[in-house]
Amino acid sequence: MKLIEQKKFETDMKNLIVSPAPHAHSGDSVRKNMLLVIACLLPALAVSLIAFGWGALITTAISIVACVATEWLIAKFVLKQRPTICDCSAVLTGLLLAFNLPSALPWWIVVIGAVVAIAVGKMTFGGLGQNPFNPALVGRVFLLISFPVQMTTWPRPLGFETSYVDAATGATPLATLKQIVKGGDTGLIDQLPDLWDSFTGMIGGSLGEVSAIALLIGGIVLIACRVITWHIPVSILGTVALFAACTAPAGMCCGEYVAYSLLAGGMMLGAFFMATDYVTSPMTGWAKIIFGIGIGLIVMVIRTWGAYPEGMSFAILIMNATVPLLNKIRPRRFGEVVKK
Amino acid sequence: MRTFKIGGVHPHDNKIYSAHQSITECPLPQKAIIPLVQHIGAPAQAIVEKGQKVKVGELIAKAGGFVSANVHSPVSGTVNKIDTTIDAWGMKMPAVFIDVEGDEWMEGIDRSADVIHECTLEPKEIVDKIAAAGIVGLGGACFPTQVKLLPPPGKTAEVLIVNGVECEPYLTCDHQLILEHGEEIVVGIQILMKALGINRAIIGIENNKPDAIARMKELTAKVLGVEVMPLRLKYPQGGEKQLIDACIGRQVPSGALPIEVGAVVDNVATIYAVYEAVQKNMPLISRVMTVTGKHVAKPGNYKVRFGTPLTEVVAMAGGVPEDTGKIIGGGPMMGRAMNNIDMPANKRVSGLLFLPEDECRRVEPENCIRCGKCVAACPMGLEPYLLSRQAELKMWDEMEQHNVMDCIECGCCLFTCPSHRPLLDYVRMGKATVGGIIRNRQAAAKAAAEAKK
Amino acid sequence: MELIVISLIVLGVTGLVSSVLLYFIAQKFKVEEDPRIDAVQEVLPGANCGGCGFAGCRSLAEACCKATSLDGLLCPVGGAPTMAKVGEILGMAASAAEPKVAVVRCNGTCEARPRTSEYDGAKSCRIMHNLYVGETACPFGCLGCGDCVAACQFGALSMDPKTGLPVVDEEKCTSCGKCVAACPRGIIELRNKGPKGRRMVVECVNKDKGAVARKACMNACIGCGKCQKECQFDAITVENNVAYIDYTKCRLCRKCEAACPTGAIHAINFPVRKPAAPAAEQPAAPAAPAEPKKEEVQQ
Repeated sequence: MKLIEQKKFETDMKNLIVSPAPHAHSGDSVRKNMLLVIACLLPALAVSLIAFGWGALITTAISIVACVATEWLIAKFVLKQRPTICDCSAVLTGLLLAFNLPSALPWWIVVIGAVVAIAVGKMTFGGLGQNPFNPALVGRVFLLISFPVQMTTWPRPLGFETSYVDAATGATPLATLKQIVKGGDTGLIDQLPDLWDSFTGMIGGSLGEVSAIALLIGGIVLIACRVITWHIPVSILGTVALFAACTAPAGMCCGEYVAYSLLAGGMMLGAFFMATDYVTSPMTGWAKIIFGIGIGLIVMVIRTWGAYPEGMSFAILIMNATVPLLNKIRPRRFGEVVKK
Repeated sequence: MRTFKIGGVHPHDNKIYSAHQSITECPLPQKAIIPLVQHIGAPAQAIVEKGQKVKVGELIAKAGGFVSANVHSPVSGTVNKIDTTIDAWGMKMPAVFIDVEGDEWMEGIDRSADVIHECTLEPKEIVDKIAAAGIVGLGGACFPTQVKLLPPPGKTAEVLIVNGVECEPYLTCDHQLILEHGEEIVVGIQILMKALGINRAIIGIENNKPDAIARMKELTAKVLGVEVMPLRLKYPQGGEKQLIDACIGRQVPSGALPIEVGAVVDNVATIYAVYEAVQKNMPLISRVMTVTGKHVAKPGNYKVRFGTPLTEVVAMAGGVPEDTGKIIGGGPMMGRAMNNIDMPANKRVSGLLFLPEDECRRVEPENCIRCGKCVAACPMGLEPYLLSRQAELKMWDEMEQHNVMDCIECGCCLFTCPSHRPLLDYVRMGKATVGGIIRNRQAAAKAAAEAKK
Repeated sequence: MELIVISLIVLGVTGLVSSVLLYFIAQKFKVEEDPRIDAVQEVLPGANCGGCGFAGCRSLAEACCKATSLDGLLCPVGGAPTMAKVGEILGMAASAAEPKVAVVRCNGTCEARPRTSEYDGAKSCRIMHNLYVGETACPFGCLGCGDCVAACQFGALSMDPKTGLPVVDEEKCTSCGKCVAACPRGIIELRNKGPKGRRMVVECVNKDKGAVARKACMNACIGCGKCQKECQFDAITVENNVAYIDYTKCRLCRKCEAACPTGAIHAINFPVRKPAAPAAEQPAAPAAPAEPKKEEVQQ
């Protein structure tokens, strides 16, 4: 290392940088967090590729490209901001949206969903960090209401043999479960897919939500990397398990019903990846637990008594609306006396 | 292993550069500038005149109030003038300028290396001696030490907590002091325990300094009531309130002093100064400073007399590295970035840190993504994202309601923010403003009460 | 048919009960308010800038209605015409107030003030001011982060990228005083606009001794007192090494401007081209010897 002589220092040295303390940073960034979440979603994408074939990959690619393009166009031409696509949040939104769609959805519906997710769900509020609702879910629910038929046409998982346009469709385990619970049709229990298939992802359903095991691994990695905390997933899954245990239909083993409730539908995807979205979830521990319990209750109420077989999207969106209120819950201050 | 309960972060400690470098004396300067504000509170009042001869250790300025401290001459020579000087932040401060001649010490100061164990003084005499020696907290706050030793009526001290944590990254001066002067520190602890009339002391040391823990355990093995407590590494463990929480599991309430939970906290460097003052009649005229940084030629721990220009201290360490972008007085978490280093060493500066230009620039802030990492990191249980926004919008009342005055400005929020938002900048500004509002309100209430009488 | 009748009855009864309830509740919780408050608020500008010293226009209106005279109550935005209207409503005489404008008392441009450090914190003058001296060696001058620009609700302030100093758009400035409060260094001051908007200003507040001030900034007032000697109307005082022109005494002769060795004194809104015109506009100004030098000064 070359050194400046003492005398020279006083006259020649370039201006020093001055800023308030601290002068160190953890090196964490929005981009890093987003990329980690994306990485943790990849195992689930791999499983859906196996289950649904290339259609899964095509839908995902369309969704991501449409989301990023929408964000770039709006930031550049409407809001006239510095485009924020480098933070990868639009990529994540696109990926999550695709995970919530059937793999054989026509491409133009995917594009509509992506545009609604980013344009309506995110950019109207001012971009990243300002949106009250999870953008991917806004897009998904918009599509679910606008295109109910296409959105509930689930291709059967057949592995790589299937082509993109897949005619073979079937009911999701949740739809079957609903008929059992609501209709009291216990004869349908035999038609439920094998529990192991539900665990690994060889069932009908949205593109990325089918493989509980892949999502679980991703979620645990996220918690281990401290990208998310345990509060929301644990409270959601705990509430759902407890609720299911109490309301198991006649003719079905309690444990079996709990297992189906946890594994089927968007439960794992929602609990680990959608509900824990930074922007639309509360900040402190207790608020996160309340948030999770709320989602768990609403989803089970919809599943048990509602019109839809699945309620994860609605539950998360409804609880998103309570986040400003939940953020009023203060963290415990240092030295605060606990009132008894 | 214990630590404090709420929040905290884990910055890289970067202590390898200067750790285990033995303490080196810095040569005397030709001209010494001794600032009269080396503590919090009112400036000291100079009692010397131009042309007067002074010796090392002679009192040159008297404490200017209750929370103020004496200033002694760290050099011998002639007073050149009493004027203002510009500090490293471009602000004026009063100072005594002395032309150094030789190194003549006051009588009665014991400069030998012998450790004197016995102390026969009464508690009152000990406190008086500490006050006379101008000792302030050398951990960074510079609070006059004797004030802490006189608990307000109705409050009693139960335990002395010795801060050997040094949680700031890069700094190693306290660590080295424990290794080299552990024996003196233990005597200093016993003196303070006597002064406070208590029989329990805890030495808190983080577990990244196992040799310091071992050394203190060895020295205190036979000393009654003194316990060494290894603490799990976490910043800001050296914060007064955090350390009390970590060591005795009590949390100081909002707005209160540590004495509220029966604790008195002193830094090891302060305790060493207490030992020197009480046993050797040595006033506080020098301190150990860490000069460090990735590209510093000779990083180390230097014993510097106050008044020595920092440029000379830097010269000892091999000069300013060419790629320096930022020079920080103190550690990277709470230290202040300096405008220049044409400033004399004083009681407040515990180290000089040279950060390379490519490492010290802040990243452009992005939108807050409400991840709540700042809330999780805040060791005081505050909501930095909210406070910083309120400060930006000048919502002072709301800031007060959200306990902004509890902020210890440790920097955990800004350190952890993935969006690189300048959270603490705004919170600190808000805290200063709210503090002013509260003081005005109290003054007005006081005036109203007096008017009623 | 039956269905329609039943629905009509149900709806009718519900409506009736609700309206009766509403009426009684409205009576019970009625807030007695001076009707003039609304009338006064109507004539106020409604910007809620707080320049009057009250929380907003409504608060000022309430204060006006409570007050026995309008002395000390002024809407700086609307100025005298608005206060006259308020006085009309309340039947009181409005006190006349001189129109004011914000002036920036710092001319330490980028060229005049060498940079001594680079600031890298949050872009706020107040934060920078609390931290240290600023990017230049002048501890009194403008910090250039634009707190005043952010505080102005009328878009009257903007940062000049060339000089790094804020510029006041006098057309838009309402002298609400928000910028004065926002500036941590107290550089901005509200002054009388002066005849035809013309005024003399010492654009410097540096209280350091001459040599120190000059070292930090070429354009600083060094407190030499030349302007004070030159002034025939005792309008200039030099205190703490900085000159100040009392605008109530200044007769706009512009002698001080020529006398200032550092160019810290600025003549604002004087015409450049026609040297003869200002003399005619200043009936009280006895002489106009400064005029020939005007071109120099303007540079």
